Amino acid sequence: MPRYFTEEHEWIDVEGDSATVGITDYAQEQLGDIVFVELPDVGAMLDKGGDAAVVESVKAASDVYSPITGEVTEANGALEDEPALVNSSAEEEGWFFRLTVGDRDELEGLMDGKAYKAFVDNL
Amino acid sequence: MSNTEDHEDDIPLDALPLDAWHRANGARMVEFAGYEMPIQYAGEHGGIVAEHNWTRESASLFDVSHMGQLGVSGANAGEALEALLPGGIMSLKEGRMRYSMLLNEDGGILDDLMVTNAGEQYGLVVNGACKWDDIAHLHEHLPEDVTLTHYADNALLALQGPKAADVLGALVPAASELTFMRACYADWDGVPLWISRAGYTGEDGFEIAVPGEHAEKLADALIADDRVNPAGLGARDSLRLEAGLPLYGHDMTDTVDPVSADLTFALTKKRRETGGWMGHEAVSAVLATGPAQRRIGLLLDGRMPAREGADVYAGDTKIGTVTSGGFSPTLGRPIAMAMIDAAHTNDGTALECEVRGKRLPANVSPMPFVPHRYFRGS
Repeated sequence: MPRYFTEEHEWIDVEGDSATVGITDYAQEQLGDIVFVELPDVGAMLDKGGDAAVVESVKAASDVYSPITGEVTEANGALEDEPALVNSSAEEEGWFFRLTVGDRDELEGLMDGKAYKAFVDNL
Repeated sequence: MSNTEDHEDDIPLDALPLDAWHRANGARMVEFAGYEMPIQYAGEHGGIVAEHNWTRESASLFDVSHMGQLGVSGANAGEALEALLPGGIMSLKEGRMRYSMLLNEDGGILDDLMVTNAGEQYGLVVNGACKWDDIAHLHEHLPEDVTLTHYADNALLALQGPKAADVLGALVPAASELTFMRACYADWDGVPLWISRAGYTGEDGFEIAVPGEHAEKLADALIADDRVNPAGLGARDSLRLEAGLPLYGHDMTDTVDPVSADLTFALTKKRRETGGWMGHEAVSAVLATGPAQRRIGLLLDGRMPAREGADVYAGDTKIGTVTSGGFSPTLGRPIAMAMIDAAHTNDGTALECEVRGKRLPANVSPMPFVPHRYFRGS
């Protein structure tokens, strides 16, 4: 299952017509202790690069953008009770939401793991 | 993902005496008050929540060297300060300190500060972001026979937490003799220290002024004690919020008077009547009529914080604004300070904060949110 990354530090796993989105381990490290995650409603239509979720750390609120255009099919309910999952398992259990893949061409501008690592190393 | 914090354009960044020490100890540095300052540290004890909790349970070392350390001296220094500060200064005994503020003619707060009778002079500790304006204000209004000194090369370390007294007392026995809001000189291994038993966390603790060239040695000696870990500005902010202590530029500004800011305690009773301090007339008027708005605490339901700028509602009516807010690690829920219409300031009043279009239930709460644990003597 291919995983892509954005310059805004989201990751996206694509499986057929569905994709799962979260924030990267680098991002959670930068944010620090996460105390609340505001997730999109199921059925919400998201635009590529548009607002999708908000992560609240002790320090600040940060926007999370959707890497692609699509309709939200599921939000990670586990984050309601345990937002710290984003700190402990950002790229697995701490996923944010799933959405439909509207336009596969949108994936082409995203980074693969190697490119993202190089991107982060240069920050 | 992007951060929605505001960053002000600022003057080029200056390095503080402990800059390299912070980096060597795993600090993440951010811009603050014109300096690079540690927001939090890496490692087992690092992170805002861990640093916050460690301060409440043991002791943390904060670098607050960005703050302005000023001296006011001369035969008429006390009188001269009383013309600018609404607190009793002449009545302050040697080694005692008081929370006070600089006010403008309209009663607006220019800065809040600590003033200490240090014997041969008065010591002021002012906010880092305000210090240059404060210095200009003091130069403008202090008479010529009073001298203002800026100890720009000093560092200021804060050791805060229930174990702070044991830790510092082991190095500098004189420190453990102090009680809350008292200060003294001490010699540590040939290094002159000015130690105040005060702080900005609600815990017992000290602020230690030390010549910049000796700051690393002192910081090393303090964290060599297993009971002490370094803590950054992130934890300092969440700690002071829980302690109900306002932050200049957020919970008070130059358009907010001390009564509205709920800092009436800093207006020494006798001086409210006698006056003779800048802003007295304007502040007296607010005292007489009561403030239109007042700073209060809010306890929020749920986990979603309401941050600075969030509107506060009573039903459909907007009655105020959150001035600082965040998640309380100690209480496990969001807390905030807000400036709201006086009619709604009774403890327990049910209000709502609006965050991203959602209404969050909140109740007016007494402050501090977490009880102070100052050492007032045994």
